[in-house]
This record gives sequence, structure tokens and C-alpha cells, in this order.
Amino acid sequence: MSLANQLDQIFVFLQHWIEGFFPQWLQPGVGALIAVIGIVATFPAIFAVTTVLERKGLGRIQNRLGPNRVGPLGILQPVADGIKSLTKEDIVPRSADGVVHFLAPVVLVVAIFLGYAVLPVGRNMVLMNMDAGLLFFFAIGASTELSIFMAGWSSRNKYSLLGALRAVAQMISYEVPLLLSSVVAVMMTGSLSTVKIVEAQGGFTGIFPHWYVFTPWGFAGFILFVIAALAETNRSPFDLPEGESELVAGYFTEYSGFKFALFFLGEYLGMLSIAGFAITLFLGGWGAPFSFLGFMPSWAWFFLKLFAAIFFFIWLRGTLPRLRQDQLMNFAWKFMLPMTLLNLLVAGAWRFLGDGWSRWVICSLVLLFAYVLLGRVLMRHQHLGPRSYRYAE
Amino acid sequence: MLGEGILQGLAETAKNFAGSFVSKERLTTVQYPEERIAPIENTRDFPILIYDGNDPLAGLRCVACQICEKECPPKCIYIVKSTDKKPDFVGKMQIYPTRFDIDISVCMSCQICVEVCPFEAIKMDTEFELSTTDRFGGLMHNREQLSKSNEHYHKIHPTEAAEVDARLAEEKHKAEVKAKAAAEAAAAKAAAAATAAPTPAAIPAPKPIPESAPAKEPGA
Repeated sequence: MSLANQLDQIFVFLQHWIEGFFPQWLQPGVGALIAVIGIVATFPAIFAVTTVLERKGLGRIQNRLGPNRVGPLGILQPVADGIKSLTKEDIVPRSADGVVHFLAPVVLVVAIFLGYAVLPVGRNMVLMNMDAGLLFFFAIGASTELSIFMAGWSSRNKYSLLGALRAVAQMISYEVPLLLSSVVAVMMTGSLSTVKIVEAQGGFTGIFPHWYVFTPWGFAGFILFVIAALAETNRSPFDLPEGESELVAGYFTEYSGFKFALFFLGEYLGMLSIAGFAITLFLGGWGAPFSFLGFMPSWAWFFLKLFAAIFFFIWLRGTLPRLRQDQLMNFAWKFMLPMTLLNLLVAGAWRFLGDGWSRWVICSLVLLFAYVLLGRVLMRHQHLGPRSYRYAE
Repeated sequence: MLGEGILQGLAETAKNFAGSFVSKERLTTVQYPEERIAPIENTRDFPILIYDGNDPLAGLRCVACQICEKECPPKCIYIVKSTDKKPDFVGKMQIYPTRFDIDISVCMSCQICVEVCPFEAIKMDTEFELSTTDRFGGLMHNREQLSKSNEHYHKIHPTEAAEVDARLAEEKHKAEVKAKAAAEAAAAKAAAAATAAPTPAAIPAPKPIPESAPAKEPGA
């Protein structure tokens, strides 16, 4: 076995080696436990790095330095934040529903961690190779809405409740385009298994990979998926549920100390997992971007892509202002939904148009035409420019 | 086209992100404890008492008139008048404060005390690093802590201090001229009185008093 191959499978070997110390009947359980520990250790670590990268990146976008006091260049900032959130007082409002108030952050983090079970982070590196992995992920992802509503309702605070209602309305609206935009990948692969979806994108033409994003329907699907994913994880510009200028902090207004940190963790883990699924569905998962780069371990490619996605999310957050509620809903139902439905049709046409170049032209033109037309129709009554005030001035 | 503005915005933020690493002008952050920028001349935070000369308590310009105490909107000044008097800058005997406290946790830096002071005795300082672990005593500044020399005032507000000095010098000059004139008048009176002495002086004795009294007033 070559060195590159060994490096690729190093974590799998480690798991088998540790399993070897246990009797036969315990081995599957121990193997699963090791994988769980791996996930529970890795992704919160990435979350910690993400928080400091985000603060520094946003700072640079706004021509500031960002945190630079704790440790060299401020990289130990998450440690300080963690200690701070652990030592802070845990305040529960007197009229809050104590049990639900306590359970909400726990349920959120648990539900989000469950989603990682079907995320392939490398070759042979997936906790559970489920036949319906994608379905499992979306089903589990939908239950985060429950915990957000639990938090908002149990806090007994108008801001919390408003934030929770906004979050639920937004997440339900964007779940439809999120699901429909990922269906194209399932249609092309013929399987709901995340591992099979990655393997189907494994080939190369010349040096270029067969990622779904390099097809018209895949490109459109990827962009729609990313937009819906941003809304689903309440990231800017879809951060209405926690719009701090209107709702203090939205559904976690009444949370403090480590419960607040858990919400924060849950939010970022949700973002990481959904970015991981965007990578899995459209960006070839753990596959190398060029055929000559295949010597690098598969997990390294996955995490590189993940960091690229995080960087893009931070960039977007530093760029876009928050949407209004009506803009948010209009965008979901008038733009996202028709485009995803059309994308399904285009993917079907792609499958039946045969191998020639004609399908590239036809599919691209249909999508482009629909995009421009929809944009024109939606922007028809929009008057962009300096705002005019009817009564003031 | 839909989404064009988003791309423009992304380009703009990318330019800022990259630019902050390259150009020093973009990155305006001053990393405070290590780096400092000089305060602008009109900086002000809390009041101080100005003294002339070397002795903070002897040279204090304050005459405990209590105007600032009465005018202070948040009532953060507390003054106790002295029972004895000491000479002020024109040499006139004046009361002085035996106690002058400013609670800077109450002070709102409005500068009204400075505006109303007729003796140029209270001015605004630029010192802002006043944090302390004792939030009651530590923020209650007494007369000794508040006394700052005129040189210090010249250092923090040069233009304003020069104006004040010019005004005070003018007043002193006027007072001296007045005093001289009064002294000359008094001498003339005395001479006139001496020449008129042989005449029977029955009751003109109280006459000189109302004439010499106004000479005292302008010094104030």
C-alpha cells in the first residue's frame, strides 16, 4: 500500500487498531464510539477556529484588526470566550418554563450532531453509510426548528417569541427549496446515500473532475442550495430571527452563560454540517479538484473545501445587509421555489437529451432565461436608488 | 440583472479585506495601551483647580465663592469656606476653600463650572485614566488631588491658558493702576488735610472714607 494511500486511510486504520483491543462482540460498538468521539471533537474545534476567523475576517473587511490580544495574533480567543461563558452566571427568567428552557439548547446541539452521522468526511470515513442518508439529514435538520421554538416559547419574553416565530417561518419556507435543490443530485446519482453521491462525482475528464457543480443544473442547484442553506442556518443576510437591532438576540435573548454558548455552538455546527452537505452534493465531497492532486488525503480535501465554504460565508456576512421579512418570504416563494422546480425539469431533460453538446446549450439557456425573466418580473416594481420620504423633510 | 449588486458588494468587501493587509492608511486602529495619539487641544473630561507659583495650597486661585457649586447640574462639587483670609493674585485678602471635593463618578464633564468661574480657578483636565478599584473614595477627588499648576494648564490647553494669563495680567495691571491712583489721591487728600489742619476741624473727619472706599472695589 502506497504512502499516500496510508495517509488517506490513517484515521480508518486508527479506528481498527483501537477496535482490536476489544473482544469481537464489542467491536462494532467501540468503532462507532470512536467515530462519534472523532466527530464530537473535530467539528467543535473547527467551530472554535471559525469564530476567531470570522471575527478577524469581518474586522479586516471593515478595516479593523479584529481580536489580537489573547495569544499570538489572537488565536487563543476561543479559549478565553469558552472560559468566560463557563464562568458566567446562568440566568433563568422567573416565569420561564424551566425544563423546556434547559432542554432547548441541548436538543439543538444533539439534533445537529446527529446530522453529522451521514456526512462523509473522507474515503471510508462516514459514521453510518445509510441508504437514505440525505433523507435522514433533512429529517434531523428539520427538528432544529423544534428546539428553536422551545427556546423562544419557554423564555416567556416577547423578543424570544418573535425571534422564534420568525425563525420557524423562515426555516420552514426555505426547507422546501433546500430539499428540492438537493434532489437534482439524487436524481443523477440514483441514490440517497451520501457516500454513493460522492462516489458518483469521482471521475475525471482530462484533469477536470465530474463534480455536479460543473453542469448547468448542478451549478444552479448549488447556488440555490447555498442560498437556502444560509437561510436555514439563520446566517446573514437571513439573520432576521436574531436581528439584534430589533429583537435583542431573538430566540436566545433569555439565555446566558454556557446555554448561550451551546446555542452559538449549535448555530455554527449547523452551518458547518450544511456546508459539508453542499460540498458532498455538488462539490465532489472528499474528491480532489484536479486529477493530478489525487495524492493528497481525501479528508484533507474535505476540510479544505469546508474552510473555503466558511470563508465564503464570512465574506457574505461582511457584505450583505439583513433582508426584510417580506423580502425574505417573497424571495423564498417567488424566486427560490420556481427556480428549484425548473431545475428539476432541467435535470430530467439533461438525463434524456443524450451525450452531445446540445444538452449543455439547451439546459444552460433554459436556466439563464428563467433566471433573467424571473429577476425582471420580481424587480419590476422595485425602485432602487435614494429613498424618498413622503412626510419628512 | 438580479444579483449584480451582490457581486459588486462582494468585490468591494474583498477589496477592503485585501487592502487592510497592504495599506496602512486603511487600518486606522490605534492599539491603545501600547500606542497613543495626542489628544486634541479641546479635549476635556474632569475639572481641576489651577494654582500659581509652587505651593499648590497657597497659590490656589479659588476664593471659595461657591458659584460653581451652585451651578453644577449634577451637584458633584462640595466646598467648605475658610474662616481666615489669604492674599490672592492681586494681593487682595480673600477667603479660600478649606475643602474642595469633586465626585468624578457624578461629574458629567459639562464644563459649566469653568464657564461661571470669575477667577479662572477651575479648568478642565485631559487626564482620562482615572479607573480605580475603590469606587467611592477613589473617585472622590479632594483639594490636594485637584490642584494642578498653571504650567500643567499651559501644557494641556496652550491657547486657552495664554488667553487666561493675558486676562489676569491685564486685571492685575488695572488693579495696580487703580491702587496707585487711589494711593496718590489718598496722599493728596492727606496733604490737603495737613494744610487744612490748622482750621478748626469739627466734623469733616468721615469725609475721606466714602472716597477711598470705591478704590478697593475694582480689584475683585
